[in-house]
Amino acid sequence: MSEQPASYDLENPSEPNFYKAQKGLKSWLFTVDHKRLGVMYLASVILFFFVAGFLAIALRTELLTPAQDFVSASTYNQLFTLHGAIMTFLFIIPATPGALGNFLLPLMLGAKDVAFPRLNLLSFWIYSAAAVMLLCTLLLGGLDTGWTFYTPYSTATGTAAGLAALGVFVAGFSSILTGLNFVVTVHRMRAPGQTWDRMPLFVWAIYATAVIQILATPVLAITVLLVFIERFLGIGIFDPAMGGDPVLFQHFFWFYSHPAVYIMILPGFGIISEILTVHSRKHVFGYKAIALSSVAIAIISFLVWGHHLFVSGQSELVGVIFSFLTFAVAVPTAIKVFSWVATLYGGSIVYNTPMWYGLMFLWTFTIGGVTGLYLSTIATDVHLHDTYFVVAHFHYVMMGGLVIAFIGGVYHWWPKITGRFYHEASGKLGALLVFIGFNITFGTQFFLGHQGMPRRYFAYLPEYTTMHQVSTIGSYVLALGLVIAGISLAMAFRKSAPKASSNPWGAVSLEWKTSSPPIEHNFHDTPHVTGSPYDFPEIDKSGRTH
Amino acid sequence: MILNLLLGPDPALLGTPPMSESPFSLLPAASTNAQEIDDVYIFITALCVISFVILMGAQIYFMVKYKKPKAGHRKTSPLTHSGKLEFWWSFIPAVLLLILFGWGETLYMKMMSPPDDAISIRVTGQKWFWTVEYPDTAGAILTDELIVPVGIPVRLTLTSNDVIHSFFIPVFRLKKDAVPGRYTNMWFEATTPGVYPIFCAEYCGEQHSSMIGKVHVVPREEYQAKLDEAARLVQDEGESMVDFGKRVWDRGGCASCHSLDGTTKTGPSLKGKYGADETLIDGSTVAVDDNYIRESILEPNAKVVQGFTPQMPSFAGRFDDKALAGLIEFIKSNK
Repeated sequence: MSEQPASYDLENPSEPNFYKAQKGLKSWLFTVDHKRLGVMYLASVILFFFVAGFLAIALRTELLTPAQDFVSASTYNQLFTLHGAIMTFLFIIPATPGALGNFLLPLMLGAKDVAFPRLNLLSFWIYSAAAVMLLCTLLLGGLDTGWTFYTPYSTATGTAAGLAALGVFVAGFSSILTGLNFVVTVHRMRAPGQTWDRMPLFVWAIYATAVIQILATPVLAITVLLVFIERFLGIGIFDPAMGGDPVLFQHFFWFYSHPAVYIMILPGFGIISEILTVHSRKHVFGYKAIALSSVAIAIISFLVWGHHLFVSGQSELVGVIFSFLTFAVAVPTAIKVFSWVATLYGGSIVYNTPMWYGLMFLWTFTIGGVTGLYLSTIATDVHLHDTYFVVAHFHYVMMGGLVIAFIGGVYHWWPKITGRFYHEASGKLGALLVFIGFNITFGTQFFLGHQGMPRRYFAYLPEYTTMHQVSTIGSYVLALGLVIAGISLAMAFRKSAPKASSNPWGAVSLEWKTSSPPIEHNFHDTPHVTGSPYDFPEIDKSGRTH
Repeated sequence: MILNLLLGPDPALLGTPPMSESPFSLLPAASTNAQEIDDVYIFITALCVISFVILMGAQIYFMVKYKKPKAGHRKTSPLTHSGKLEFWWSFIPAVLLLILFGWGETLYMKMMSPPDDAISIRVTGQKWFWTVEYPDTAGAILTDELIVPVGIPVRLTLTSNDVIHSFFIPVFRLKKDAVPGRYTNMWFEATTPGVYPIFCAEYCGEQHSSMIGKVHVVPREEYQAKLDEAARLVQDEGESMVDFGKRVWDRGGCASCHSLDGTTKTGPSLKGKYGADETLIDGSTVAVDDNYIRESILEPNAKVVQGFTPQMPSFAGRFDDKALAGLIEFIKSNK
C-alpha cells in the first residue's frame, strides 16, 4: 500500500458522515447508498435472527421432557418449520452478502458505490416483501412442512405453504440481483492497482458467493414455480397421485439448497480471513490457496446435491458418485482451515472480541467439517441420515461457521459502521457464553443422533431424555450469550462510548482508509493500491524471505 | 398401542429394552452389517479426533506462544505461503478421504445387495403407522410390528400410501424412504434376538413422532411359530370377546389414531363413545351403535365425525365378522 495520511478524519473534519449527509425517513427508504442499505439489511437480519432464535428456544423447551407437554404437536411442527425457514431465507442467506457485503464491498474496492445502486435498492425492497410474506404465514398458521417443503406432504397442506413458497420465490430474486450486482462490481469497480491478487479475501469470498447466487437461485425459483403449476393447474409433476415423482422435487430442491449452503458459509470464510490477519498482525498464509479454494468450493458445490438423497431410493451408483464428489469438496475446505491456523504462526495476537470469535470459529467449524465425513461416507450416512447427528452437523457448520464468523465480523467492522466502540468486557463475556452454550447444545446432539434419535420429533423415547435436557440447558446458555453480545454492541450507541478513529485496528485494506463512519461518497480521492491488503507494518522484513 | 401422547412414549408398552443411555457407548448392533458399519464409524471417529487434536493443538500453541506482548507489538513472521507444506496438507487428507470413500462404498454396495435366498416382506407406510405383510404366511398382516428370524436374510419392499416416510431400524443401522408410487428395498440379516424400535425418520405430519414400531428378532427355529401366532386372529378357548377384541384392536393399530382415554388424536377418542351421539361433518347426527362402528371400520369415510378429516383406511378384508364383533365389544367395554 502507498503511504497514506495517518488519519483521514483530519483531512476534512467538517464533512458529514453518511448518516448525517441526508435526513428523514425518505432518505433511508429510497437511498441508493450501499452503506445505508447495508445498515438496513443488518438491522433486518439481526431482527430475524432473534425471532427465529426465539422459536428455537421454544423447541428446545418442549424437548426437556420425553412427553409432549409445553406446546401441541402441530405447534411444534410449525415452530421448527419457521425456525428453519426464517433462519435460512431471511437471516443466513442475506446476512453476510446483504449486510456486511453491501457495506464493505465498495469500500474494500475503493469504489464510491456498487455497480448498480438502484438495483441494490430494489433488491432490498424485494427482500422486505419476501420477509412480509414469510412472516404472514405466522399469522395464517399451519405452515408445518419443514423448511424443505418436501412433496407430496407440502402439496397437500393449506394456503400457508403456498404463501411461504411464494415468499421463498421472491426472496430468491433479491439474492440473484445482489449476486449480479456484486459480480459486476468486483469486475469493474476495483481501484487502480487493485489486481485480483490484491483483493481482500473477503471480496474473493463474496465474489464466489455471488456466482453461486446467480447460477443456483433460478433453479429454486423454477422448482417453486413447478409446485404452483401443479397446485393450481393440476399438472402432475411431483405428486404421485397425479402421476408425478416426489423424489424429483428433492433433486430440484437440493440442486439449489446445497450450493445455498455455500452461499451461507463462503462469506463467513472471507470474514475469518480478515479477522485472523488483522488481529494477529500477520500476512494471511496461502492467499492464493484460500482465494482459489473458495472458487473450487463454489464449482464443486453444484455437484454434491445427491448426498441429501442417499436413502431416498436413488440408484446405488448415483449415491456412490455423489459420495465421491462430497469427499472432493472436503479437500479445499480443509486447506482453508489449515491455512488459517498457519496464519497465527509467528503473529502478535491481540485478544479482543472479534478475535475471540475468529478463534472460536476455527474450533466449531473444524468440528462441523470433520463430522461431515460420517455423512459423506455413504455406509455410515444410512444410519445417521435424518437423525440429530445431521442436525448437530449442520448447526456446527451454519451456526458454528457462518453465525460465529458473522458476529465476529460485526464486532470487527462495528467501529467502521457506527463510528464508536462496542463494550469490550461484555463482548468477551457474550463470546464465552456463546462458545460454551453452543458446544453443549449441539455437541450433545451428535451422540443423540448416533443413538438413533430421529429429527423433527416433539416426543421421544425416555432413553434420550438426559441428552435432550443437557442440550436444552446449553441452548439457554447460548441464548444468554447472544443477548449479552447484542447488548455489548448496542452499548456503542451510548453518548459516552469511545469514538473510533478511521483505522482503529491498524488494518491495511481500503475500508479503513476512510473516516468512521465513512463519508457519503466513501473517498475524497480514488485510492491507489500498491500492495497486498495483509502487508502490516509489524511484519519483519529484515532479510528473511520465503 | 404405541404412544400415549400425554405421558410420552412408554417403553413398557413398546416393549423394547432401553438401547443405551450413555452418550459414549455405541448402540447395540443386531445385524451382520451393523457391526461392519460400526467399524467404519470408529475409524472415522479416530481420524476426526486425531486431526482435530493436531489442528487445535497447533492453534492453542500458537495462541499462547504468539500472544501480543504487553507493550506494543513484536515483529511478526513474514511467512506468506509454503508450497511444500500446502502440497502435503492437501495430499495427505485427499489420500485418507479416498480410503474412507473406498471403504464406505464397498460396504454400501454390500448393504444394498440382498442375497437371493432372502425372505421377502412388504412394508407400507401411512400416516402414522406401518403395515407389515408376509406374502408367504396366510393372514400375516401386522401393524407397527416386524417379526424376523436370526440368521436368515430378510428383504423388505417399502412403499407409502400417502406422503414420504422413512423406515429406520437403528440397531440394524438401516433406513430407507418409503415413497408413494414406487418401491424401495432394504435387507438385513439379524444376529441378536430381542425387541428393538423402528422409527419413521422422514417428517410426515402432525404425529410423525408417534410413528414408532418394533422389530422382534426371534431365533430361527421359533420364527414360523411366532409369525403364525401373531397372524392368528381367532378367539381362543376361554378368551372373552372383550379380550379377543383387545387383540384385534392392537393388531389393527387402532391406537395410532384413536385413544381410549379421551385424548384427541388423528381420529376421535373412543372413550365412552358407545351409545353416545356424534355430529358428522355434514351437520347431521348419528347414534354410535354396533352398525355405525362396523360401518366406520369397513367404510370409514362414509360418516366422518365433525372436526376430523376423512383419512382412515378401510379394514374390509382384514377382519372377519367374528373379529369385528370382538372389536365392537371391546370399544363398547371402554366406558
